[in-house]
Amino acid sequence: MGKVAVVGAGMTKFVRRAQETGRELAWQAARMALDSAGMTLKDVDAVVIGSAPDAFDGVHMKGEYLADGSGGWRKPTMRNFVGGATGVFAPIQGWYHIASGQFDTVLVVCEEKMSSCHPHPQGAFLTIFDHTTERPLGPNLLWIFAIEMNRYMTVHGITKEEIALVAVKNKRNAMDHPCAQLGEELTVEDVLNSEIMAWPVNRLDVSPASDGAAAVVMCAEHVAKRVTDKPVWVEGVGWHLDTAYWTNRDLYYPRYVEYAARMAYDMAGIKEPRKEINIVEPYDPFDYKELHHLEGLLLCERGEAPRLTADGVTQRDGDLPVCPSGGLLGVGNPIAAAGLMKVCEIFWQLRGEAGKRQVPGTPKRGLAQAWGDLMQVGAVIILGR
Amino acid sequence: MTVRIKEWPGTALSSKDFETGRVLTVHHKPKAEYRWDAGVAIGRYLRELKEGRLIARRCNACGRILLPPRMFCEECFVPTSEWVFVKDTGTVNTFSICHVRWDMVRLKDPQLPAVINVDGASPGMGILHLLGEVRPEDVRVGMRVQAVWKSPEEREGAITDIKYWKPI
Repeated sequence: MGKVAVVGAGMTKFVRRAQETGRELAWQAARMALDSAGMTLKDVDAVVIGSAPDAFDGVHMKGEYLADGSGGWRKPTMRNFVGGATGVFAPIQGWYHIASGQFDTVLVVCEEKMSSCHPHPQGAFLTIFDHTTERPLGPNLLWIFAIEMNRYMTVHGITKEEIALVAVKNKRNAMDHPCAQLGEELTVEDVLNSEIMAWPVNRLDVSPASDGAAAVVMCAEHVAKRVTDKPVWVEGVGWHLDTAYWTNRDLYYPRYVEYAARMAYDMAGIKEPRKEINIVEPYDPFDYKELHHLEGLLLCERGEAPRLTADGVTQRDGDLPVCPSGGLLGVGNPIAAAGLMKVCEIFWQLRGEAGKRQVPGTPKRGLAQAWGDLMQVGAVIILGR
Repeated sequence: MTVRIKEWPGTALSSKDFETGRVLTVHHKPKAEYRWDAGVAIGRYLRELKEGRLIARRCNACGRILLPPRMFCEECFVPTSEWVFVKDTGTVNTFSICHVRWDMVRLKDPQLPAVINVDGASPGMGILHLLGEVRPEDVRVGMRVQAVWKSPEEREGAITDIKYWKPI
């Protein structure tokens, strides 16, 4: 397989409701990514588009609808959709387009405009549940997260206070992100006292609905060496799908993450992830999910992630910076774009271009992860310089 | 490159932008209806619910008793072997106390969704259902529960033929 590099990245602000359409947002992120690589659309052989459910937009085949803003017309263009994992799976798709030898340069664009869906974008998720055995019970999306969070807390004896520290950290980190929707200085008490939605989930445990886009340019080794002296290499990729019978598994542990991570670690030749990964962007639509995913990524023992957080290990200046971007909790959660934002963050961090968010030292290797659907899809990408 | 970008694209709107007509929108309310066939396995599951019973399928290859039932074992990738009645008692594996509807409207009385591991099915074979006849603050993981059925006349062959599960 050929080596593949990320050579450019771009994104829009993440906002509750954007004036721009999805196509306009996609174009802004795509153009910024190309500009940052010193490239134009003429240099692009193929386009990968990531966008979550069509139901958000009420547009059939919305990937194709977004394709002009993504530079995808009159090119080999594919849209992928694997739920929340889309934003990390899209660059994996870009990777195999290039690693196969078929293409030299691929533009990867992820966009989400959730605000079009009324009265609340959560309505687009009601069809996630089984139509015969679950939907007649009147479920909403919060149920599965609250149910999973409770299981995780119960099995390990974890408190809401310990979990709230993640929301405090990520929203603070986001204050340094120029595109962030919800960067703010909060206390654990603020999180615990915020409106209760579905116990154990309070309002500030959850990331917001957002509009936004992100993009990266990926290319083969011979192109990367020509266009940049700071390529960031794709060292490992992994993905995995667990059962849709989500009530048939023990939700305390995310196997879908572990298997995706093991695939990526094997490819990258990583034996001891805790020592060999310098910076992590795990998927954090809920604060407990950052902890859950750190454990699934084998970056700590099961049930140990809250202690790492309490000890400051996961702070930006800690031994293992986690979500230095501010994550979904702070930067925002335009589903597919949020996942790719994490990949952009690792790219900027490894190039030393993350500005006020730059983690100390010179990180050599970073990991981004996202999850999708009924706690089913795991996607992991490892970048290194 | 993030440090070199001074102006990031993306324009945030506020409700005032809509009230004053500064930005324009188009509204559409789709109407789509579906009628899902229950299929072979879930069809029998629903018929037994109408009789006030829970039924599962055994896979003789892996020995698992699968609930909800399926006609093929997705792990062994062989046909499942036989129908097995399971009990209408179980254990709360995990639960939530939900105060909001899907559109974030507050509920007067919270819902108590739970994963219930049903007695007689293989360990960990839970189903999603609701708890009732219990104060939210008294619900615990590990709590023993039993199905509360609708009356035979009210039952229609649906998961809601069980009204909820109550502590025993």
